[in-house]
Amino acid sequence: MTKLLSGWGRIGVPGREILSEDLERITKGAVLSRGLGRSYGDSSLPPPGTLDVVATPLADRILAFDPASGRIRAEAGLSLRELHRVFMPQGFFTPVSPGTKFVTLGGMVAADVHGKSHHSTGCFGGHVHRLKMRVADGRIVECGPDLETDLFRATVGGMGLTGHVLEVDFTLARIPSPWILGEGERIHDIDAFILALKEAGKTWPFTVGWIDCLSSGSAMGRGILTRGRWATADEAPDAFPREPRPLTVPFVFPEAALSRASVRAFNALYYRQPLGRRGIRHPDQFWYPLDQILHWNRIYGRRGFTQYQCVLPESAGIDAARRFLELLTSKGGASFLCVIKDCGPEGQGLLSFPKRGISIALDMAVRDDTQAIVDALNERVIAEGGRVYLAKDTFTRPEHFRAMEPRLPEFQRIRRLWDPEGRLKSAQSVRLFGDKP
Amino acid sequence: MKVAVLGATKGMGRALARAMAARGDALFLLGRDPAELAKSGQDLAARGAKGVGHAPCDLETPETFAPGLAAAETALGGLDAVVVTAGLFATQDALEADPRLLGRVLDADFTGTILFCEEARKRLLARGGGTLCVFSSVAGERGRKPVALYGAAKAGLSTYLEALDHRYREAGLKTVCVKPGFVRTSMTAGLPEPPFAGDPEGVAATVLRAIDRGTPVVYAPPIWALVMLVIRLLPRFVMRKVKF
Repeated sequence: MTKLLSGWGRIGVPGREILSEDLERITKGAVLSRGLGRSYGDSSLPPPGTLDVVATPLADRILAFDPASGRIRAEAGLSLRELHRVFMPQGFFTPVSPGTKFVTLGGMVAADVHGKSHHSTGCFGGHVHRLKMRVADGRIVECGPDLETDLFRATVGGMGLTGHVLEVDFTLARIPSPWILGEGERIHDIDAFILALKEAGKTWPFTVGWIDCLSSGSAMGRGILTRGRWATADEAPDAFPREPRPLTVPFVFPEAALSRASVRAFNALYYRQPLGRRGIRHPDQFWYPLDQILHWNRIYGRRGFTQYQCVLPESAGIDAARRFLELLTSKGGASFLCVIKDCGPEGQGLLSFPKRGISIALDMAVRDDTQAIVDALNERVIAEGGRVYLAKDTFTRPEHFRAMEPRLPEFQRIRRLWDPEGRLKSAQSVRLFGDKP
Repeated sequence: MKVAVLGATKGMGRALARAMAARGDALFLLGRDPAELAKSGQDLAARGAKGVGHAPCDLETPETFAPGLAAAETALGGLDAVVVTAGLFATQDALEADPRLLGRVLDADFTGTILFCEEARKRLLARGGGTLCVFSSVAGERGRKPVALYGAAKAGLSTYLEALDHRYREAGLKTVCVKPGFVRTSMTAGLPEPPFAGDPEGVAATVLRAIDRGTPVVYAPPIWALVMLVIRLLPRFVMRKVKF
């Protein structure tokens, strides 16, 4: 029996991970590398007809570190969790963090990850100095913002399609303490939310919003806005924050568990949660609330789930988010995780996701109408001049992606230069970019 | 603690060396590939180990043992513990099909490891004692179908380590025989995973505790002590029937 390999959304394809500490050996001739498999869709899955993908997590050594500058070089499989375990006690943190610490450096480059700090620090790729890569013809090359620039721009956010990232050289952010000073605020509708988010971004380095996307009418887009910054040494507790013990979802939930009614009830309760005052927050609780529950992706049932994440550009106007949510509620895209974020300027990566505007992300359990919902949302996003995030995507159609992504031809041109025979590919690149399986 | 580690670049050895680095032990790495040793040395230094040097040493080349351990003693300015996690592994099918490979595995995991331990024993005893921690395997606990050959080498190694503990504990040499069960490493990648599989980090914590306490035999993850107790008690007619 062929084993299935899947992304975080648990929609599997036949596949197999090739694991070793020795990335240089196992990347020879391989079509794709993956890290911890936290991209939701098919970005890290082999193309049809291929089983093997390189898995990097065992290649996780720190190769150089300069405590004066925070500059670090490490193997691509090093996880954010391990990075922080080693460097937070020394006063350093990743310059850009996604919503989970279970990601590898290689994956962070491939997806050019962003997070609560996008408006202040941009994407991860903006902090990278050098990448050591195995490219399609088997050579090992180095690239960076000032070396093999085209390869670098195509690799940052390029979903692993330009080569296997072997080592990443970047600069860590210095932190005054390992604790966060944060505060929460209840916001009553979507228009107020966007204004509050943009306002908060002027003074707070980290902002994120959770919105109840089942509420409609005057309460549409109500939610909770969270603001934060690193606590100063004076504000912070003396103790070092210990990693909390996570809970585990022990089995795959039945589909009925996530009905519209249960999600509505959850959202109503979540909206009314006591917010607490401005105060000290545990860094794990602030950055990675979902990491407290291992295997939380099992709650979406046997058919798995997808996350729809799009950016609505500033040029689309402040009403764009309302139009998007109206469409979403009319299509019945029930979700209890709808996250809204402030995006700063576009990064240098040719397929990097964020651009100035608002990012909205929501989880959807896979149902019979999921494809139709995604199609409708994509048409709306195209009309607004926005785009979707490849690291989350499972259902976008190639024609929709082309319409969203005017940078795609340039990305493909550089890709062909470095990989004329089209050796490197993924299930996603076959689905979206027209690669031959 | 001043520790020489043979096999710290990969798997459980890497995890154990990291656990030692995190508490500030001084480490010296022995292994086959100098470039790999240098990279692992960097990694361990970034994690808190003091002055990580390295020297070539290969279980299949006994001439490397004395110079390797001598280099460790010199670089560390002493020696409190020697750890051996290195070894060769292949599946029963691969070993049955390839007598040359079988020869190498038996040679490295039995003869080579014991010759290395003898060299380490002499050096530690000459210093008044210390700890010798060696990774054997639960494969040596009982003659079992999937590990008939690999298990035979490990059974011999375990017996040697037990005797070493009996013979030299009073003189100050503490022998720690580690018996890992199924642990998720690159060595076991692709093999079907049994229940109670463990991770290298958990094994490292267990082994480090055993080294500190001088525990003569340690199963890792600890649940494998119980698993192997049951397997040792099974009568032969059952062992002939079962696949494990």
